[in-house]
Amino acid sequence: MNPTATPARRQIHPPQVPASPFPYNPGSLLSASDLTLDEISHLLARATALENQDPLTRDRILAKRRVALLFYESSTRTRTSFELAAKALGADTTLVSSLSSSIEKGETLKDTGLTLRALGAEAIILRHNSSGAPWLLEAETRLPVLNAGDGMHEHPTQALLDLRTVLAHLRTGVKAVSAETLAGVTVTIVGDILHSRVARSNMLLLPRLGARVLLCGPRELLPELAGQVGPGIEIERNFESALRQSQAVMMLRIQAERLSGLQLDIEEYKANYQLTGQRLAAQAPEAIVMHPGPIIRGLEVTAGVADGPQSVILEQVRNGVAIRMAVVERALLAGPKQGGRA
Amino acid sequence: MTALVIRGGHLIDPAAGVDAAKDILLMDGRVAEIAGPGKLKQANGAEVVDATGLTVAPGLVDIHVHLREPGQGYKETIATGTAAAAAGGFTSVAAMPNTRPVNDSPEITRWMQAPERGASVRVFPIAAATRGSKGDAINDYAALKSAGAVAVTDDGYPILKDSIMRETLAAAARVGLSVIQHAEDTRLTQGASMNAGPTAFKLGLRGMPAEAESGMVERDIRLVTELRDTRAHLHVAHTSTAAALAAVRQARRSGLRVTCEVAPHHFLLTDEHVGMYSTNAKMNPPLRSAADRDAMIEAILDGVVDAIATDHAPHAIHEKEVEFESAPNGITGLETALGLSLRWLHKEWKMPMGRVLSLLSAQPAAVLNLKGRGTLTVGSFADVVVFDPKAEWTYSARDTKSKSRNTPFDGWPMLGKVRWTISEGRVAYAVDSA
Repeated sequence: MNPTATPARRQIHPPQVPASPFPYNPGSLLSASDLTLDEISHLLARATALENQDPLTRDRILAKRRVALLFYESSTRTRTSFELAAKALGADTTLVSSLSSSIEKGETLKDTGLTLRALGAEAIILRHNSSGAPWLLEAETRLPVLNAGDGMHEHPTQALLDLRTVLAHLRTGVKAVSAETLAGVTVTIVGDILHSRVARSNMLLLPRLGARVLLCGPRELLPELAGQVGPGIEIERNFESALRQSQAVMMLRIQAERLSGLQLDIEEYKANYQLTGQRLAAQAPEAIVMHPGPIIRGLEVTAGVADGPQSVILEQVRNGVAIRMAVVERALLAGPKQGGRA
Repeated sequence: MTALVIRGGHLIDPAAGVDAAKDILLMDGRVAEIAGPGKLKQANGAEVVDATGLTVAPGLVDIHVHLREPGQGYKETIATGTAAAAAGGFTSVAAMPNTRPVNDSPEITRWMQAPERGASVRVFPIAAATRGSKGDAINDYAALKSAGAVAVTDDGYPILKDSIMRETLAAAARVGLSVIQHAEDTRLTQGASMNAGPTAFKLGLRGMPAEAESGMVERDIRLVTELRDTRAHLHVAHTSTAAALAAVRQARRSGLRVTCEVAPHHFLLTDEHVGMYSTNAKMNPPLRSAADRDAMIEAILDGVVDAIATDHAPHAIHEKEVEFESAPNGITGLETALGLSLRWLHKEWKMPMGRVLSLLSAQPAAVLNLKGRGTLTVGSFADVVVFDPKAEWTYSARDTKSKSRNTPFDGWPMLGKVRWTISEGRVAYAVDSA
């Protein structure tokens, strides 16, 4: 396993790591790696179909079904787009946020989940500040759980909407994805990789379609071992060099709320990693510029780049609604227990 | 006068160099006679344990358990913890002082050993090294020792200050107590909930670097070196990293009194067993890399490791059914240590049965200088485990005698089933031989 380990003198066969029992519910989307390429193709196709469907027939698909949004962290895009997506399909939604609920009084995630289930929730969309929380919620409720971002871990619907955005620009017209769909495409993720769930989900998803993922950032925010997470992932510390190789550039916000005492020289960071109009024009004049939001203008990107012709940032937001319609539909219409172990 | 004869069994007593068919007479809490099959001279009228086809060995000794009393009886009590110990073949357990309140006084040390606690096997309290385990002022070790403490430690709260650790080692050496260190430089583990490495990165969890353990072990060994003339004894608790083991190995070569223990989970599991945030795979020190785990196995087989200790750390179900980062550290271990050690060290990795048993009895007893424990010679305590060495079985956490069932080994295959555990001549645990 570890390439630096000295070979054992004896032949030792240790216990195996057991297979994961997750997801228990076939409607859940916990990790970007839960989905097969066929399922991804299906979700992309449904996103397009639902986007184009007449709103008056679309809202019968999940008419009066109950979807709970459980948010332990603030959110603008993810929360609103999940809510709009569920409502567009006719579902009733209810929002529970940590600051205006019994969570403040010490109610656990397990009890909150069981309570929502008792109230009739058929699926729970969870945003949580602790990595892994959706796995706990799914194990305890066995409901379809949609991971809307867990700590520093994953944000699978963001990876899907990013994929839809990348495909629209670099593989126009592609309907179904395969292991070669993004062959020859380099996507560079820049900045605070360490604390980014968006980066982790994209690192899991994009290489499976043949893309090469370049990670770019300073050591404090991009540890060397990030390159060991999976195949198709490389580290390139030099931003200019990374840009020259990229067809898509994904800029990340520095997550001040997760730095946990880490001191960062912001001016130095900007000098090395800020995406400026000049850098973009010189190194990657054809690349699309992406950002999961929220943007801190003037830090990771200049205002000119954020608003510029290569920016697809607002398109990503629009794709979020379409993708989340498909994901919410899957959550509630997934076959009973097939593939799950509930 | 209570007498018990264990007849027809195969005695393995590594400390005495015995590996042969023997009958044993236990009388008044001690071993009274050992003889070839049917050759006991004084056995008339004694109650008989039929050990035909079974292995008879010194009762196992676990020098690292958390019995949670006083203060956290909802997790475990001394009665339930020692019942689990007996079920696992243990007749001696050394109880850590991170109770509520912390065991930093002769009163609590005595309270833990009082008959009212209902212990099934012998409990040896380990007292706090510093007042309240806060790492500032050292306790009165002479008083603690005379109350029954067998070592001092601030387990769970490593002693970071060099001056306090030096004073602890020197003061403990003066009264002949060992110092046990939970080696963790907590300045390097803030906010971390598992081992640092690719798995932690993938799971989006902050990691504890191996250096947090090995750096502290190296610091402690430096202090023991400075105190060489005092014969200070450092025991490294739950060693989990290759680098820490290397430091212990080196210290031993230079003749220092440094010993170490390894827990079954650290020689069997890696950080990948955390899976998707299984809180029953969360403990401190955490499950480490495959290279570290392999180093534990190597060091056990090579003889660098002095003892297998479980770090039995019960927690209530509701405490573990929370977000991984919020869950308390620790797993239970008393009922699985023997079955796992025989299944893996003996059967899989070909360690002789006697050496496995020694790591679970004679050697840990020697580490803490528990006189008359871990061996079955005439005059030693009548602490015996009788087990079926061929029995393969599956551990079920539901059937535990502990109050808690936070184990990653639920459903795991075990080798060697305990039939009787006898503590100072009394049957502490028995299964019908049907």
